[in-house]
Amino acid sequence: MLTYYFDLALRSCRRSKALTALVVVLMGLGVATCMVTYAVFRATAGDPIPWKSGQLFVPQLDNFGPEHNWKGEPPELLSYTDAVALLYARQARRQVLIYGSKWTVLPDDVQQQPLSQDGDAVSHDFFAMFDAPFRYGGGWSASDDDQRAAVVVISSALNQKLFGGADSVGREINLDTHAYRIVGVLDDWNPSPRFFDVSSAWYPFSHPRQLYLPFGRAIDLQKAASTNFYCSTNSADPDLPNWDSVLHSECAWIAAWVELPTRADVERYRDWLHNYAAEQQRVGRFAWPPNVRLSDVGQWLHMMKVVPKASALSMIVSVSFLLICLVNVVGLMLARFMRRAPEIGVRRALGASRSAIYSQFLIEAAAIGLAGGVLGLLLTALGMTGIDHVFEPEIARLAQLDASLLLLTMLVAVVTTLIAALYPTWRAAQVQPAWQLKSNG
Amino acid sequence: MQIRPILAALRRHKMATLLIVLQIALTLAVVSNALFIVQTRVVHLSRPTGTEEAHLFAINNEWIGQPDKPHIDAQMRADLATLRSLPGVRDAFSSEAYPMEEGGGGLVRIKHQVAQTTKAQLALSYFADERALDTFGIALVAGRNFRADEIGSLGPYDKVVPAVIIITRDLAHKLFPDGAAVGQRVYLSDDSPSTIIGMVDRLEGGYAGSSTRSIDEDTVLVPARYANPDGVVYLVRVQSGQLATVLRSAPAALTAQNRMRLISPEDGVVMLAQARTQAYASDRGVAIMMGAVCVLLLLATAGGIVGLSSFWVGQRRRSIGVRRALGATRGDILRYFQTENALIVGIGLVLGVALGIAANLSLMTYYELPRMPLWVLAVGALLLWLLGQLAVLGPARRAAAVPPVEATRSV
Repeated sequence: MLTYYFDLALRSCRRSKALTALVVVLMGLGVATCMVTYAVFRATAGDPIPWKSGQLFVPQLDNFGPEHNWKGEPPELLSYTDAVALLYARQARRQVLIYGSKWTVLPDDVQQQPLSQDGDAVSHDFFAMFDAPFRYGGGWSASDDDQRAAVVVISSALNQKLFGGADSVGREINLDTHAYRIVGVLDDWNPSPRFFDVSSAWYPFSHPRQLYLPFGRAIDLQKAASTNFYCSTNSADPDLPNWDSVLHSECAWIAAWVELPTRADVERYRDWLHNYAAEQQRVGRFAWPPNVRLSDVGQWLHMMKVVPKASALSMIVSVSFLLICLVNVVGLMLARFMRRAPEIGVRRALGASRSAIYSQFLIEAAAIGLAGGVLGLLLTALGMTGIDHVFEPEIARLAQLDASLLLLTMLVAVVTTLIAALYPTWRAAQVQPAWQLKSNG
Repeated sequence: MQIRPILAALRRHKMATLLIVLQIALTLAVVSNALFIVQTRVVHLSRPTGTEEAHLFAINNEWIGQPDKPHIDAQMRADLATLRSLPGVRDAFSSEAYPMEEGGGGLVRIKHQVAQTTKAQLALSYFADERALDTFGIALVAGRNFRADEIGSLGPYDKVVPAVIIITRDLAHKLFPDGAAVGQRVYLSDDSPSTIIGMVDRLEGGYAGSSTRSIDEDTVLVPARYANPDGVVYLVRVQSGQLATVLRSAPAALTAQNRMRLISPEDGVVMLAQARTQAYASDRGVAIMMGAVCVLLLLATAGGIVGLSSFWVGQRRRSIGVRRALGATRGDILRYFQTENALIVGIGLVLGVALGIAANLSLMTYYELPRMPLWVLAVGALLLWLLGQLAVLGPARRAAAVPPVEATRSV
């Protein structure tokens, strides 16, 4: 029966070529537009660490006060005072501090050009907390942190550039004219978005950091942050005559993350954070009641509005486009099916049941949807090549045409065409055999 | 043309009519909003910086080994001398940012009095010297330029307390809405006032790009060489036709002068034309995307109208034949279908205007878009109405070609 209906569908398509082509093109265009924008959207709106995103939290506390904070929200980053207090309190399973700066890599060979590299100064829990994969070696220890050891973890890209990809653990590199021992080489690793850098870095979809150095050492070296740095100012720029005053200022520039495995841990940590802020109020540092936040990865990315506006906007537009195509297809299908009212009348008169009519026309719709899906696939592939003209290169390179996207394209095409065909099919099944036969008489 | 018979006929095709109305309404809502977004982006990405962009480039120069302030200052003077004496270079100066860098550059708070209770006026700053105006290629509209002896030297922890400043016309209007700004004193820090000695017509700050700020054109030139241990930006203006040569010779000359510096081979040297392309990439992308969707959408709608009208014509061949046999001319039949289309599209457009405004309002709240002026909807409606007439023309002509003898035939 199935093959028979397919045959009927094919015949009817052959009879009304223009109408069929129009429906297939509409479905193809609508689905392809949606898929291209979805490929970008899913890359920017996805969960960067799905197995752990519910356990990683960003603590925030208001050291600016109600007069200077942003609409009542505490700053996104911490001051040095609070960051260090949080690190040494050890109230979470793991705690990490992060700030970014630029480092100059001086090659041993005098003939070679020095390189400027983005690096994050992080505390040692960083690698375990974010499950950073290592190709060689590993992170540094807590005692390295305490001793301000001159150790560094480098990216695989930098390892390729400097050591040709060989195991460089134990070797030394020169950063800002100081020698550092390499303790680990990361595997290819760039979560998208790079959620732990979202608040400090300008752009969470850029190339990954090439260097990771101990937080305490960067502070000792007076390494200024190249990432966000903003202050609670009463009147003009804050007076920061030297590094020590930067450390003691109420400026926010350090990102903090804590790992809290269970719900109870989260509640306990929230209380601790609240009590810490209350303590600061008691000793007179804050003249306002505690104003703290604790957000997990999902909440944090939502708060930071990580999904680029262009991506969200084009998603809305392309879904509306698909919707309009569908409305169009409903109309065309209606025309297509009703034109065959006499044929339906004959079939019904010869004993075909309503459900037979249903299956015949739904199979025809599915076949058209399938054809639309194939066209949609071709157009999606075409669209992916033109994607760099529409999105910034950092975003465009995230969008990939993979098996799941291919499958989704076909699925969306067939399912939406079937939905569009529901009403026309119902109308076709309502055709009265007697009336059709009579009027044809 | 009588409307009544058309309405009577449409009553028999309620669903199909409704679908076209719905489609026209949705199309108008999406197309008008998309066109509006395209228009705002295009206006946005062609904003002038006020400078001689075609002849300007920036060198991002980083220092190696954290040198101290006197060393950096001496090196910057030497570098500027090197750059200015290069063949093909018209002028150069040192700053910490360049136009359309999308970040970089200082943010200053300007007050009329130290103890003022009102909010300070925010502005973007460039460090500059007496050659900055010539390098940017901007002319003073009032006052005078900096003198060489007014250029200070600043370290990383020093406060910005210039005795004199030059500001843009835009900022002057915000600071002194009803009077001349040149000669007035303002406070960039609480320590001592700065006298506004000059005003330029237009100069964009370093933040301008796809994301707008209300202070993009509020710029202050601060007379100082900024000895930042991280690095410095040299802005270089070349003589006409010399850009390609100087782009290569300038970084080479600096490295030859002293190699304890880093000018990245990838993005160390940036032409302002390049900076514009990068800074407005997302604007351009959105405009292209929206434009493409508009074209596809209009094509889809036209296709839908052609398809359904052809179907109707096919269905009504007999009644058309009857009308022709009763004396209706070809023109009557043609006009019948055109009027029918105008009527359906018209209803869709009314609904579409409402939908379009609703869509704009919700986009305004989520994506900080401005309010859509009504003329965009009017243009969109006219476009769709014409498109509808054009799309129905083919089927209507086919209908008009139905011979009267059709009345006597069965389907």
